[in-house]
Amino acid sequence: MSKCRVCRAPAVIDLPRHNANFCGDHLLQLCRRQVEKAIKDFRMLEPGERVLVAVSGGKDSLAVWDMLLELGYQADGLYLGLGIGEYSDESGDYARAFAADRGVALREIDLRDAHGYDVPTAAKATRRVPCSACGLSKRHLFDSAAREGGYDVVATGHNLDDEAAVLLGNTLRWDVDYLARQLPVLPAGGGFARKVKPLVRLTERETAAWCLIRGIDYQVEECPMAAGNRHLGYKAALNGLEQGSPGTKASFYLNFIENMAPLLAAHRSAVVDGLNSCERCGAPTTGEICAFCRLVETASAHDPVPVELVSGKRGRR
Amino acid sequence: MNVLLRNPRRTIEVHGARTVGRLLDELGLNREAHLVIRNGTLVPGDERLEDADTIEVRPVISGGSG
Repeated sequence: MSKCRVCRAPAVIDLPRHNANFCGDHLLQLCRRQVEKAIKDFRMLEPGERVLVAVSGGKDSLAVWDMLLELGYQADGLYLGLGIGEYSDESGDYARAFAADRGVALREIDLRDAHGYDVPTAAKATRRVPCSACGLSKRHLFDSAAREGGYDVVATGHNLDDEAAVLLGNTLRWDVDYLARQLPVLPAGGGFARKVKPLVRLTERETAAWCLIRGIDYQVEECPMAAGNRHLGYKAALNGLEQGSPGTKASFYLNFIENMAPLLAAHRSAVVDGLNSCERCGAPTTGEICAFCRLVETASAHDPVPVELVSGKRGRR
Repeated sequence: MNVLLRNPRRTIEVHGARTVGRLLDELGLNREAHLVIRNGTLVPGDERLEDADTIEVRPVISGGSG
């Protein structure tokens, strides 16, 4: 039986990238330290700032909310009802149960009630993959909710696997605009709050273990709209490399941030300086009307589409 | 042993003691993408699983790219 590297108690998890095994308590300690290091190194949060956590009901968003509360930050949650059938119903229940258990505030926005569409309908109406409409809606609505609620920071549950997979995709396309903006902290600007990713030093396996050990129930099932998407393919490829060479994901992403991102700073500034404000909502956009306002216009005019008609189908990205 | 798998959720029967690592290898699952839970408790890769155990192999990969 393997032992914890720290205390020699029976281990509950092996972490090849650390070449070590850990008991539950010391796995939690490792996760805390990695998050504290990310917050400090990347200057994500200052004491006393109001944080809005983007909560999906999955392991990463509940783990980051739990860790920020544990570290003493004033962190409220925001859950978006995406209208993805039973999956969304269950996900919302996990988010509400966490908030009730901790006695913390969870704000909710239902896409159909507030904007007249849901993710399956948006996918059908725009003929794009559901993750595209979903991600666009989340980014816009978390930004605007933070601005309206007077929050200083939006925190998301993006982890090391997420960031490494996005980096791989951006690199395979040499998409310099996206590479230049792939940072763990996006500064405040144009009236919008700073955006931070405190879990960038933790893998998905580590955040899932955090939830299990902390007794946090979360949505385990995969989103029916995401099955087979390109992002999952990138993650599988990286995990194939990681299994043969532990630490690959961390070195790929963290060395990009340390060595490559500074070289792209001038390009990043040019991209940001070139943005306009949306004529309708004020959000940053490269054109006159932002992508979210165009999405609302198209999707809200479309008849509601049941999730079964869209899930598993692949459209344009 | 009964082994709960996800996406889709299903249970399979596996006969004979073996380690967590070997079970994942036999199922063709990447260790980096899964946690293994025995009788409700997380267990590491070299833990030996017995026929009487109830096992959950939990995927940890989330698919949203937004």
